[in-house]
Formats: sequence, structure tokens, C-alpha cells
Amino acid sequence: MTTKVKVLYFAGLREALGQSGEELELPTGVATVGALRAHLAGRGEGWQALAAGRKVRAALNQRMVGAEAAVAAGDEVAFFPPVTGG
Amino acid sequence: MAVDKAVSVQETDFDVGAEIAQLSAGRREVGAVASFVGLVRDVNDGSGVHAMTLEHYPGMTERALADIVDQARARWSLLGVRVIHRYGRLEPADRIVFVGVASSHRGDAFAACEFIMDYLKTRAPFWKREETPEGARWVDARETDDSAAARWSGGGESWEDIEQRR
Repeated sequence: MTTKVKVLYFAGLREALGQSGEELELPTGVATVGALRAHLAGRGEGWQALAAGRKVRAALNQRMVGAEAAVAAGDEVAFFPPVTGG
Repeated sequence: MAVDKAVSVQETDFDVGAEIAQLSAGRREVGAVASFVGLVRDVNDGSGVHAMTLEHYPGMTERALADIVDQARARWSLLGVRVIHRYGRLEPADRIVFVGVASSHRGDAFAACEFIMDYLKTRAPFWKREETPEGARWVDARETDDSAAARWSGGGESWEDIEQRR
């Protein structure tokens, strides 16, 4: 069984972070989408685009969710700017 | 979950007349077909736009659109729904999106068509990058899109609520 989560970044956020996604071990104590975002933002230089206050939306397993959504190993989490389709 | 066959996410253009005709083809109970077509404008936020590229989240996009169609079907009495959204590079006057709704009466068709567009604008994972004389730029989401979507909901949590909690 995997212990990793797949994280995807889209649009302006993908450009700001310089990557479209990664697989990472779910860090100890990270149990929600919001906590995962805070963990990633805490990597420092180059990760400010995920910092609190920036307009970032999230999806968990391809459904839009709020920061409180629970994350577990094997999940696909995506972070992206507010959508602009239509 | 089976992806709704009413939904297409594609690079290619679509035939508006054929799509509208298909919504009532062989259906004598259809009394109204309402449709919306979204196009690329040559100006946005004060700059000329000579092209735009639409990025999306393959997999989630189809699912999000199918969810929106399901919600419309649950709210109104609909006989047919079709949603097509393009991605890739598009130029002014190119078609971006088609929404068509068939029902017995116009009220349901108009309302469902507008509902689908309003929800699509805030919930389907598409992002526009415009090419302007000043360079390329990502389009910012509009607050008016959030308020347009919010007027259909009887409560529920908006993204503003979630943002403010951070």
C-alpha cells in the first residue's frame, strides 16, 4: 500500500512553483488539504505562491474541496488558482 | 462514476446548429431549447487579446461538468442537456463553450442554461492565459462570477467563507 500522496499544480500556480506535480510522503501530522498546503508553503523560497492569503483553490481526488478536507495516503490533491473557464 | 455523455471537453470546434438540432431530434415532447455560446473576445481588462490558451485538469474537468449537469437535472425538468468546452489555443471570435438545454417549456430551459454557465464559471477547472501586446498573462477570476453562482444556492459554503477562515 502506498504511503504517498500525488500533488498536482495548475496554471499560474504551476508556473510560480516551476513544476506540474510531485509525489510525496504524507508528512507526519498532515491530515487535511489545508495542512498539506501549509506544509508545502513552509518549504520556503519558491513556495510562497501557496502561502496563506494567496488565492488558491484545491481539489481532492478530482473534486473541489475546502481546507478542512481529510487527506490520506493514495489521494490525489490538486492546488490551483480560482478557475476562469467559460 | 460514469462520465456523462452530455459532456465533451475537446480541442476541436463544434457545430452550434447541429448541437441545437440534436437536442430535440426525434423528441416530440420538447417544447423549448435554450442555448449559450461563449466566444473569445479581442479585448479584456483594457488590453487587446490576440489569442488565449485554455488549460484544464483532465479527468476532473469532465467530472465537474457532469456534476453540474446532474445538479441542473435535479433542479429542473429537463429533456436534454449538452455541454461542450474547448481547451488549447484559441483566437478572437473562436467558440469556447456551448451549453444547450431542452425542456417542455422555456422557463426550465432558460434557467438551467444560465445555471450551468454560472456554475461552470466557478467550478470547472479551466484557466485562461491571454496573449496581449504587453505579454502573456493569466486571467484573474472575477468576483461577479462567484456572486452569479451564489445566487442559485440556498446556503452552503462559498469559497469566500473558506478563504476567510484561513
